[in-house]
Amino acid sequence: MTDPIEPNAPGRASRRAILKCAVWAGAGVLWTVSVGVPRAGVLGGTARAADLASADFSFVQISDSHIGFNKEANPDAVGTFKKLLARVRAMSPPPAFMVHTGDVSHLSRDAEWDTAQQLIKETGFETHFIPGEHDMLADDGKPFFARFSPGATPGGWSSFDRNGVHFVALINVANLKPGGQGNLGAEQIAWLENDLRDRSASQPIVVLAHMPLWLISAEWGWGTDDAAQALSALKRFGSVTVLNGHIHQVMQKIDGNVSFHTAMSTAFPQPAPGTAPSPGPMKVDAGKLRTLLGVRTVNYVLGQSALAIVDHPLGA
Amino acid sequence: MVRFASARRGALALAAALAVLAFGYSPFFARADRGNTVTIDNFTFGPNDLAVAVGANVVWTNRDDIPHTVVSADAPAGLKSPPLDTDDHFEVRFDKAGIYKYFCSIHPKMTGTITVR
Ligand SMILES: [Cu+2]
Repeated sequence: MTDPIEPNAPGRASRRAILKCAVWAGAGVLWTVSVGVPRAGVLGGTARAADLASADFSFVQISDSHIGFNKEANPDAVGTFKKLLARVRAMSPPPAFMVHTGDVSHLSRDAEWDTAQQLIKETGFETHFIPGEHDMLADDGKPFFARFSPGATPGGWSSFDRNGVHFVALINVANLKPGGQGNLGAEQIAWLENDLRDRSASQPIVVLAHMPLWLISAEWGWGTDDAAQALSALKRFGSVTVLNGHIHQVMQKIDGNVSFHTAMSTAFPQPAPGTAPSPGPMKVDAGKLRTLLGVRTVNYVLGQSALAIVDHPLGA
Repeated sequence: MVRFASARRGALALAAALAVLAFGYSPFFARADRGNTVTIDNFTFGPNDLAVAVGANVVWTNRDDIPHTVVSADAPAGLKSPPLDTDDHFEVRFDKAGIYKYFCSIHPKMTGTITVR
């Protein structure tokens, strides 16, 4: 099945339109854009923006910082990263922790990881990292795992629990196959099945993976070849929130109890599928750029099955 | 200049390439004066299927503002470039006839073939 894709259309969808869209999402597919003021994404029709203030806990997703990138699309990727981390530090109430969903560096260089690690450390927030393909360019990712997730399994994947929510950090950027997309591999899927086996179906699950776990563009390889097997292990759970990076823009889809969300980059935007000859960095003027970079908060309210997502662009 | 005597000896040449990397920050590989070129533009290897004579050099040049790699698609892995940033080159000499399929290990949708005869 190929899902329809509505290109990220900044400025076009009003909040009202999104809410209307969310009702329609009961039919299965929801695409929204997030631009301008922070905007609540409505999941499963239960979460409301008003709930955000009373969330039992929230965490922040940052993604695709590409430290080391200095091309025309954003000559100062360190600067925008710093500004967005400052936004996180100013959040009230503060998030419980952060997750970085990959492409911390641009070229897997120690100096790039040093910079990112230092800036994140200065925020004081505990941070969980998974790699993107740009973090896997040296020695099959070993330097990344040694630095950022030393407690993970040998393959780099791991899980942890917070406030009753179970987090699964998956690696789909290793051993990529010629002509293929993201790849989890049989060993990791077996681990996932085992990790989930004894859990109550009522426990909310958050899945982190760099590349999207649903097919966004076959032509651009924006998907994960063996995602279906991982998702079948998640089917019985009442609330599954999948957080991805990689495509440097917000796209969402709801499929039953599973909601999928890709995040903005802190470094540079990428085009929507079908709108450019390649997925390379999108060049826009500085004012526009601020609206296309951002971070995300994810809010969990006890007793509500859906997690509420708010995307925060760097500027309106 | 990095020169792989053959795809089979690629691993050895990669070690040489990494030695170069260790002493210079940027992975830059001089372009051969003669030889066949593959240009990476818009996440595509062009020409996608290049035919060369035995003993010819092939130079890949990345014109995108995103890094790419040139890695053998078939086992055993012979071709394995370091990440090529914008305008970086990667050069290999092909001493044996054959069909060498390769891809970008960062963007695996990107594939290409060198036919040596
Ligand atoms: Cu590539």
